[in-house]
Amino acid sequence: MEFYVISLLNSLVFGMLLFMLSSGLTLIFGMMGVLNFAHASFYMLGAYFAFQISQFAGFWTALVIAPILIGLLGAAVERFGLRTVHKHGHVAELLFTFGLAFMIEELILLIWGRVALNYQVPSSLDFTIFRLFESDFPVYRLFMLAISVFIFVVLYLLLTKTRTGIIIQASLTHPEGVGMLGHNVPRIFMLVFGGGSALAGLAGVIGGNYLMTSPSMAILLGPIVFVVIVIGGMGSLTGALIASLLIATLQTFAVGYDYSLIDLLAVFNIELGPEPWFPDLWRIKVENTGPLLPYLLMVIMLILRPKGIMGERES
Amino acid sequence: MLGVKNLNAYYGRSHILQGVDLEIRDGEIVSLLGRNGVGRSTMCKAVMGLVKPHGTVKYKGENIAGLPSHAIAHKGIGYVPEDRWIFPSLTVLQNLQLGQKDLKKQSRWSLEDIYQLFPILEERSKLRAGLLSGGEQQMLTMCRTLMGDPDLIMIDEPTEGLAPKIVELVKNLISEIAKRGVSVLLVEQKLTIALKIANRLYVMGHGKIVFEGTPQEFQKNASVRKEWLEV
Repeated sequence: MEFYVISLLNSLVFGMLLFMLSSGLTLIFGMMGVLNFAHASFYMLGAYFAFQISQFAGFWTALVIAPILIGLLGAAVERFGLRTVHKHGHVAELLFTFGLAFMIEELILLIWGRVALNYQVPSSLDFTIFRLFESDFPVYRLFMLAISVFIFVVLYLLLTKTRTGIIIQASLTHPEGVGMLGHNVPRIFMLVFGGGSALAGLAGVIGGNYLMTSPSMAILLGPIVFVVIVIGGMGSLTGALIASLLIATLQTFAVGYDYSLIDLLAVFNIELGPEPWFPDLWRIKVENTGPLLPYLLMVIMLILRPKGIMGERES
Repeated sequence: MLGVKNLNAYYGRSHILQGVDLEIRDGEIVSLLGRNGVGRSTMCKAVMGLVKPHGTVKYKGENIAGLPSHAIAHKGIGYVPEDRWIFPSLTVLQNLQLGQKDLKKQSRWSLEDIYQLFPILEERSKLRAGLLSGGEQQMLTMCRTLMGDPDLIMIDEPTEGLAPKIVELVKNLISEIAKRGVSVLLVEQKLTIALKIANRLYVMGHGKIVFEGTPQEFQKNASVRKEWLEV
């Protein structure tokens, strides 16, 4: 029972963090058709900026300033980079964001080096909020969850209740149609790209000290975020939320099971011979397959339902 | 109001518009006729800035060729595309509200006007636009553009695939639009509405204007009809 409750809580925390990252990416893709490879790099920059700012102004200032800086940086990337590259087509855009991701990583290596930073959870949030069965639940996890839920609610209200949100929603299906009604679509693109980058930055600020702030953090989480938007349906915010929680749950729960295929066969009283084919394959435990499961789910989704759980597009 | 001179447009290497000259005066209903693929929709898109125009597009004395479509819309031109481009996940009301460019400006068309003209849109105002029938979607697209209060509206194939009853509604709406002082460019393949309500007609063929005149002049000219319109 303890395992299930704790794992469920951890899944929720990690899932909402994933959602914060993937929401921006899925909106950017849905509106602009740009698969932004540099999205996770903005997440990484968020953590590094937060570390640097918190050195002299504290965590709470960093929590506000770092995402704003990342948002402005994202808007500048769209305005002066992507918009220019856009006329050469999606391949050029893809390569542009790919190059940008490498550039950000190299810059981080140059400035902060290869070693992980000592970016710590602030002391005001470094205590146990409650004890569940035999486990302590840190208040910081609850704080991460609260921030993520708050962002989800704000994003939901912004997209469904405001005029800007309705324009963004409309741009997900027919950006040209929105433009000819008199709305400045390039400016909306910049706003969404900047906003999406800011959300990734915020995820970096609150996730960097909880997970780890190192030059590899973008490459570790980036592919998972892509899996989330493919499974959720490219361009769908609700899909991103469902897929984030699904993947986080899968990965968190997988860690707790040490069963292998041999154990499964044993249930049916089947025994493998002394020299089975691919002996190691039968002994792989579920707990070791955690990193593989999101990709497996993505492959299955692409075969059975290419547009994802809530997506409108086939490609 | 609108003066198009030597307008050329390309899709890749295909030369679609090959020096189009066209004029629309204040309050006129002008119909642009022609077979499929002759460049009628491209003409509208080039005027609207959705396809890159080469040539002069003067609107109220100002050359608007090359401006982005949102800026052209703010100048006072509205476009109802053939494939409608409704926003399926938004409600009918949200689609209509999206048509309003400037919330502070007094418009010729209020939401009440639209609902009075098409009560079905009020009945379905909270329904997702993607669930409307083809005819209702056509009404919605035209009304959405009207909510932006254009002085000139370009309507591309509004009767395509619609039942005769709905075609009659479209015809009445176009007459109502003209009555309120809005100039209309009606792009049609069929002559059904064009001959009844247009003040002047243009016929396009192979990316050029091949006939210009009144509906009466057109009806006297059987060769234009035979050569450029009949299939």
